[in-house]
Amino acid sequence: MTQKVKVAITVNGTLYEREVEPRLLLSDFIRHDLGLKGTHVGCEHGLCGSCTVLIDGLSSRSCTLFAVMVDGSDIKTVESLGTMEKMHPIQEAFQEKHALQCGFCTPGFLMTTVEFLEGNPNPTAEEAREAIDGNFCRCTGYENIVEAVQLAAKKMAAD
Amino acid sequence: MTESTISKSYKRNEDPRLLTGNGNYIDDIEIPGMLHVAIKRSDYAHAKINKIDTEEAKKMPGVVAVYTAEDLGDYWRPGPLQVPPPTVIKGSIFHARPLECIAKNKIRFSGEPVAVVVAESRYIAEDALDYIYLDIEPLEYVGDLEKSLDPGAPLIHEDLESNLSADVRQEVGSWEKAVAEADLVVKKRIVTKHVAGGAIENRGIVIQWDDSFKVLNVWATTQGPVPMRNSIAKYLGLMENQVRVMNPDIGGGFGPKIMSSQIDDVVIPWIAMKLKKPIKWVEDRRENFLGTTSERDQVHYAEIALKKDGTILGVKDEFYHNTGAYNPYGMTVPLNTQTHVISNYNIPNYFTRIIMVFTNQMVVTPVRGAGRSHGIFVMERLLDAAAKELGMDPIEIRRKNILPPESMPFRTGVIGQDFVESVLDSGDYPGALEKTLEAIEYEKFKKEIQPKLRAEGKHKGIGVIMFTEGTAVGPYEGAKVMVGVTGKVNVVCAYSNQGQGHYTTFAQVAANQLGVDIKDIEVVIGDTGQWQWGVGAFASRGMTLVGTAIHNAAVKVREKALNLASKILETPKEELELADGVVRIADLPEKFISLGELAMRANPTRGTVEEGMEPGLEAASYYGPPHGATGYGCLGLILDVDPETAKVKIERLVIADDCGTNINPMIVDGQIHGGLQMGIGEAFYENLVYDDYGQLVTASFMDYLFPQATDMPAKFEIKHIVTPSPLNPLGIKGIGEAGAICVPACFMQALEDAFEGMDLDITDSFMSPGKLYHYVQKAKGA
Ligand code: FES
Ligand code: FES
Repeated sequence: MTQKVKVAITVNGTLYEREVEPRLLLSDFIRHDLGLKGTHVGCEHGLCGSCTVLIDGLSSRSCTLFAVMVDGSDIKTVESLGTMEKMHPIQEAFQEKHALQCGFCTPGFLMTTVEFLEGNPNPTAEEAREAIDGNFCRCTGYENIVEAVQLAAKKMAAD
Repeated sequence: MTESTISKSYKRNEDPRLLTGNGNYIDDIEIPGMLHVAIKRSDYAHAKINKIDTEEAKKMPGVVAVYTAEDLGDYWRPGPLQVPPPTVIKGSIFHARPLECIAKNKIRFSGEPVAVVVAESRYIAEDALDYIYLDIEPLEYVGDLEKSLDPGAPLIHEDLESNLSADVRQEVGSWEKAVAEADLVVKKRIVTKHVAGGAIENRGIVIQWDDSFKVLNVWATTQGPVPMRNSIAKYLGLMENQVRVMNPDIGGGFGPKIMSSQIDDVVIPWIAMKLKKPIKWVEDRRENFLGTTSERDQVHYAEIALKKDGTILGVKDEFYHNTGAYNPYGMTVPLNTQTHVISNYNIPNYFTRIIMVFTNQMVVTPVRGAGRSHGIFVMERLLDAAAKELGMDPIEIRRKNILPPESMPFRTGVIGQDFVESVLDSGDYPGALEKTLEAIEYEKFKKEIQPKLRAEGKHKGIGVIMFTEGTAVGPYEGAKVMVGVTGKVNVVCAYSNQGQGHYTTFAQVAANQLGVDIKDIEVVIGDTGQWQWGVGAFASRGMTLVGTAIHNAAVKVREKALNLASKILETPKEELELADGVVRIADLPEKFISLGELAMRANPTRGTVEEGMEPGLEAASYYGPPHGATGYGCLGLILDVDPETAKVKIERLVIADDCGTNINPMIVDGQIHGGLQMGIGEAFYENLVYDDYGQLVTASFMDYLFPQATDMPAKFEIKHIVTPSPLNPLGIKGIGEAGAICVPACFMQALEDAFEGMDLDITDSFMSPGKLYHYVQKAKGA
């Protein structure tokens, strides 16, 4: 058996100290070791963006990193946003604009949007479209996602 | 009566769950002690299997078992066919060769499963795949649709005389007569290309055999839970109620998830019963590209016969259809092509022939659009070619031949995928055309804008095409509506939801009869433990068929509630109303009884009941239409092309569409958006490519170009027309495929227009940027 390695990774504010195989993908660590199922895996080769999480504030694809590579980092997943009863403004905007259908790609879009709006709190439609260009969605045609990103910006400014 | 809940854009009930990471998709299911499966797939496209050596793999720590076809013993058998042969069409030939699930003596496509590893973790299972050795003899690969029938071509199924899979001919009127009367006959060889379903979630299955209760729990990403339940039961010799197939949340379907009788639902349940352990298999993206089904490969030899004035006299279309290595899904796709070639125009004479061939490629089953886009592509390209020959404007030739509203319902005389004659039920086709022309300002673009741009050397083109979308086909669907003792309502069906919004739209239909808040309606979809019958999510039929069944059931429940309340409130039921979760006297609203209380009383526990009484505030209903409802529309595109880089910007996209009553207009628009995205992908980005040895060279998102946000126009401009379908009480038609089927035909027309005078003459449904560059260079004579 491969030797396990100790890691200490903070996810959504909780510090997890675990022993993991060096080859364990960060996406599998988050989903299967920690049971945070909101982060999805669509391709496992870094293209679709469903597995996007924030690592020390930067959006990253958790399927192309090993858990051991983020030892000591601070990670945020979709579970760090709102709850079903009280959603985050970005989540509310996605619902209001019908920016999700099957919802599989959605957590990736949400995390990309969190980072994007921090840097650009009042984006134009073109900027919002550019920002989500790296995330794949098969259901929505993206138009409603673009609108949701802009609506989220408005909601967050008003908060 | 309270306010209607139909035709309103309610926010979706399911969204808070999906948005907060509380969805439950297949890979989210964990069962203690669960084992994991990885599938060994063939790297060869065509080969004879001598031996598969699994000894080393079996010895690896953490590996529980490895199975090949040999290890399955008597359990191994091909099939069944998921869709029956088209025997209703006279003279049709169909050689049924259902999927083998796991190859036994022969490999017929690259990616075909040859062994299954079960291990303690997915990582270990995948490691073990490298220690399975195949002793095989490679055979010559067959990939070319037309050459596959050459005498001497290697046989994919040796027990057949050739690689012919099916031959189906249909004729309405007489093509010969049309040619005899014609002033002009235009012929084209037209090709439609191979694309993937491309759901972001791959397929998967989780199986749990409960050995004490003898129940098999199955969670699967299938679009057809009931057929899958039945096929698993038959394979394993169980009764239907011993197999419970459940849909978790599904991350998109788009067709390929309808296909069952594959390794996941045939072999994995057998292993789970044998090992008495829960098992999970989730496909990875490479497997999805290689082994999951896909669609669109056809080669058409099409002809159109016309009068000088552009009147169509007839169409002839003989086409090759690639079914891949097997034909488990029957003729659904090419039959859809046959019906959609002629469904917008008056075509008195039509001859059509499907030549379906086996190739050493992945199996072909429907992908959103399912044969429709090919038919539309063929007809619209023929019309463009004819218009050019006749010196007519492409719009004029369409106006001349389009079916008028008075012709509805229009019987086409052609048998469709549902094995009944395709009938266009309703609509104003010319209205859709004119609406689009007006919105996209066709005249102005042609007369004012384009000449100026051309003078400046710019290449901007416009395209406008018509389409129909055969939807909502039978045979049937069903559902049950039940008011619970809390007053909340339950709607249950065994349909399948992959993002279409049924948790909301089905609730809207039930709420409309029962006067409850749609948030108080819980919809259960895809659970054969709660509802036993149905067919599946395909052909844009959910809202129409299940929606109508729910409507009919809710009407019965409403009646039941009124009858019971009338007795309790001692008031004639005509004076009662359902609103706010109660039945009350309309003129005396303080006199009421809650639906929850009625539900409690609907199950009497003492005394006697009247004959024929049915307990519970519940009712079930089934609905099956005589034939499908047909949506239709018109698409307009303005494309701005840079001839040097072949970059295409979609400057405008206008679509007029009629899908009858929109239960939830927001969701309808969402369906159109998603479809258009796939259509744009099909026209300009997506293509599954096999090399000369049958290797799929586009088996990742690095090679298969997935349409992204900046590839879309800034706005999808949607114009609605609402002609309620006369076939069902709510007037619904389907909408799932409209956007996906109309883009390539329009895109190519607009490209040709952008380079007018250069005669691009595009006959292929896929034009990549690279190909466009070469076309333009060639046309320029460079
Ligand atoms: S799953 Fe990580 S990018 Fe697709
Ligand atoms: S909502 Fe289904 S993939 Fe985006």
